[in-house]
Amino acid sequence: MQKIVPANIRDIQDGPRKSISRPPTFIEKHCNSVFGWATYFFAWLTVLLVLYIVCIIAIQAAPAIRDYGLGFITGTTWDANTHQYGVLPEIWGTMYSSLLALVIGSLFGVAVAVFLSEHFLSSFVFSIEKLFGVQFHSFWGKLPDKFEQILKNLIELLAAIPSVVYGLWGIFFVIPLIRPVCDWLNTNLGWIPIFNTTLSGPGMLPASIVLAIMILPTVSAISLNALLAVPPKLREASYGLGATRWETILAILIPTASKGIFGSIILAFGRALGETMALAMLVGNANVISWSLFSPANTLAALLANNFPEAGPKEVGVLMFAALILLAITLFVNMIGAFILQKASTPNEGAR
Amino acid sequence: MVQNAQNLSSAPNPANGNGKSVVIDCNITELYYGKFKAVRDTRIPIERNRITAFIGPSGCGKSTVLRCLNRMNDLVRGFRFEGHVHFQGADIYHPSIDPVAVRRYIGMVFQQPNPFAMSIYRNVAFGLKLNGYKGDREERVKRALCAAALWDEVKDKLHTSALSLSGGQQQRLCIARAIATEPEVLLMDEPCSALDPIATRRIEELMLELKESYTIAIVTHNLQQAQRVADKTGFLYVDTTQGGRTGYLVEFGLTKQLFEDPKEKHTQDYIHGRFS
Amino acid sequence: MTDIVTSVPVPSNKIDSDIVIDSGELEKSLRRPRTAFNYIMSSLTTLVTIIALIPLFSVVLMLVVRGGQRLSLGLFTQLPPAAFEHGGGFGNAIVGTLVMVGVAALISVPFGILSATYLAEVAPYSRLSNVVRMCGKILTGFPSILAGVFAYGSVVLVTGGFSAIAGGIALSILMLPTVILTAEEAIHMVPAKIREAALGMGATQMQTVWMVLLPTAFPGILTGVMLAVARAAGETAPLLFTALFSNYWLISGGRLDLMQPTSSLAVLIYNFSAMPFQNQIELAWAAALILVLVVLTVNLIGQSLSRK
Ligand SMILES: Nc1ncnc2c1ncn2[C@@H]1O[C@H](COP(=O)(O)OP(=O)(O)OP(=O)(O)O)[C@@H](O)[C@H]1O
Ligand SMILES: [Mg+2]
Repeated sequence: MQKIVPANIRDIQDGPRKSISRPPTFIEKHCNSVFGWATYFFAWLTVLLVLYIVCIIAIQAAPAIRDYGLGFITGTTWDANTHQYGVLPEIWGTMYSSLLALVIGSLFGVAVAVFLSEHFLSSFVFSIEKLFGVQFHSFWGKLPDKFEQILKNLIELLAAIPSVVYGLWGIFFVIPLIRPVCDWLNTNLGWIPIFNTTLSGPGMLPASIVLAIMILPTVSAISLNALLAVPPKLREASYGLGATRWETILAILIPTASKGIFGSIILAFGRALGETMALAMLVGNANVISWSLFSPANTLAALLANNFPEAGPKEVGVLMFAALILLAITLFVNMIGAFILQKASTPNEGAR
Repeated sequence: MVQNAQNLSSAPNPANGNGKSVVIDCNITELYYGKFKAVRDTRIPIERNRITAFIGPSGCGKSTVLRCLNRMNDLVRGFRFEGHVHFQGADIYHPSIDPVAVRRYIGMVFQQPNPFAMSIYRNVAFGLKLNGYKGDREERVKRALCAAALWDEVKDKLHTSALSLSGGQQQRLCIARAIATEPEVLLMDEPCSALDPIATRRIEELMLELKESYTIAIVTHNLQQAQRVADKTGFLYVDTTQGGRTGYLVEFGLTKQLFEDPKEKHTQDYIHGRFS
Repeated sequence: MTDIVTSVPVPSNKIDSDIVIDSGELEKSLRRPRTAFNYIMSSLTTLVTIIALIPLFSVVLMLVVRGGQRLSLGLFTQLPPAAFEHGGGFGNAIVGTLVMVGVAALISVPFGILSATYLAEVAPYSRLSNVVRMCGKILTGFPSILAGVFAYGSVVLVTGGFSAIAGGIALSILMLPTVILTAEEAIHMVPAKIREAALGMGATQMQTVWMVLLPTAFPGILTGVMLAVARAAGETAPLLFTALFSNYWLISGGRLDLMQPTSSLAVLIYNFSAMPFQNQIELAWAAALILVLVVLTVNLIGQSLSRK
């Protein structure tokens, strides 16, 4: 065998061999165990933090719970002077605005997810390039995928814009934009309950529209993952049977991904329930229970945002009670959403 | 505890007449991963300044046995074993022994090259840093890289990322990293499986060089390689008679003898390429 | 098309069988309901996707137009104007946002990385880890206003006043889950063979984490931190009644004072947007432009890091 190792290694190797291995020092060992305990401690701290948050809110709410009890949930007035407090209009407003936003947001979100998962954009760009015969060009050929990536990022950016900016935009763009439409609906179709008041600026509809935009990225991102996770063989089977693209989407893809899509919608619902700023700025802060889309209303989160800064000690307790109710509702909804998504991601028998 | 740890580093026992003292005495009666019995009845003495090779069909537990020798298996959940592994007379599975210390004396080169995502220099100096080496680090790094036959290729780019090297170079870097601290024993798990024939030759050259100063145990699928480099060879086989797939040591002895005059039928079949 | 017809053994006009395919059957035609439906749905989806992007472009456009016209250096150095005053800026709000996000990061980053290390490396399968992961998820969906309520109850009521510290603590609760979950993911993504290499050389667990895992996972962790910072910088609700607002610099007695009410860009936008004065509304737009620029930049940097 030819010697490949350079000769000079011999010289180096020939020096007295001395191992520098040593066991871990006292300090190393102790740092290591301190480190292990530190991570353990912080892991516990995360759990304790969540418990502590719940406790702080619950303890501060305790006097109000004792004083108002269930009447707080069914009461409809909020008056700091007479110490009459009830959050039924807020609960109504929270639910109504969130559901409205959910309907709009999830329709759009799922549509966007289908658009992205079915590569509508890239195949469109590809077919255009085909007209010019450049679809395999080194630069143009990459364009379809790039466009789609850009579109995906743009949708994600929707979620990055701070909610207060959406609120500002809602005041100066959405409200003026929809007002003529709302007025027309009110004068001509005013007999339908959802149109029976005029839009005098802030109101349920503008708030819900902005809220819908804010939850759209949540729905589309998680639904997209669910749609992409559908095994390609199912799609092929459907096409193989002669189904059109949309028959495949509606009959195979969406039902298969339905758990993921449903989970995303529930999580988005949780987001909508707890969203504060867009609502505090756009919903009108009026203690009203109304079916009308144009009537001002209030939500639990907006109530907290508006009343906390100037609240006296008594009102703080009551607000803590309202916060506790909000916490309970969002926790409940989020748990269900997380549970559904967990179920959706663990493969079931049929999917194998 | 400190007592025992010091035992590990203490000077080797006086060698017996022909200079062949057993550095690691490995005796595995039963070894489990969870409920799965992976290896049984394997006893292999690894001698100083010799190369000991483990051969056998895939899945027979060669890596498992090798990883027992420096307690890498402790990292696997559900790992359990009966028997003992003595390193220079000290039982490394004794409760008072720190597995971290064991691994500093018994280095390991893995099947896949696994350089850290840092510069070449820092990769090799990693062990020096771990062991708190105060002397001339550059000298040590150079010596390790020379010994791993990599110095000429990387001397101009010591501070570029190790991930920019080719697979074969990465594997030699991993060897350099393992020998930079000059551990007592070097365990190599199929070190050439990711390499081309030329790089393989270099590594084999290197092993023959290194055995002058180290003790080496190597797992290989390449029977010629075992014949070329190993002084002693152990053949492991899978026993499927009891339902599971449990590996065990069939035969252990001088390489020449094992290949030319195997005693067991399984060994004969295996080295002559006959499979039942 | 006609190929198929001719390949049928018997002439098609003779036998009136189901098997026979009329050549028209295979042609594309929008008159067939299935095809028309397919076409309409595709167009609708495209339309909906375009509509979904309108808000983004509209927001950006309005920010540039309405915020851009007030953009000047004075914005960064001056204090907010009083009711009928002209001019002014929001230098104090920028400082306040930076300080509070900084405080939040100082709390949540070490906290988050240490718990993530526990989850990813020290005891990935323990029951505690599962509980911590669940808590992380709960905190992710935690309404931001409740973080403010918590900081109010645990800091403002205890220290007796609104402060930058209270604001920072509220923000840190919102950053924490992002840091924990992304850092865990990033550490988890480090190939097992690299981890083995370090442990195989006799590194202690801490040395493995500190010298190998964290440096290798660094880009991923940084992405998480960036995303969390971007989110925190834009949060308003948790600051409303923890940091409150202030028209002055975050200074008392010549030194930085974190225990006094503090202004922030987000709260400034909220407060000024409701004022009936043109000057304040213009400032709100300018502040929104700067806030969005900062948030989007941090976001994009974070995303580009993770894609590498
Ligand atoms: N971490 C582990 N957990 C559970 N089982 C394992 C683990 N590692 C190995 N095994 C099992 O132990 C048996 C022996 O594996 P080992 O990796 O030692 O085989 P090997 O002889 O090295 O094979 P190869 O030549 O393919 O590398 C195999 O059946 C394998 O499935
Ligand atoms: Mg192996």
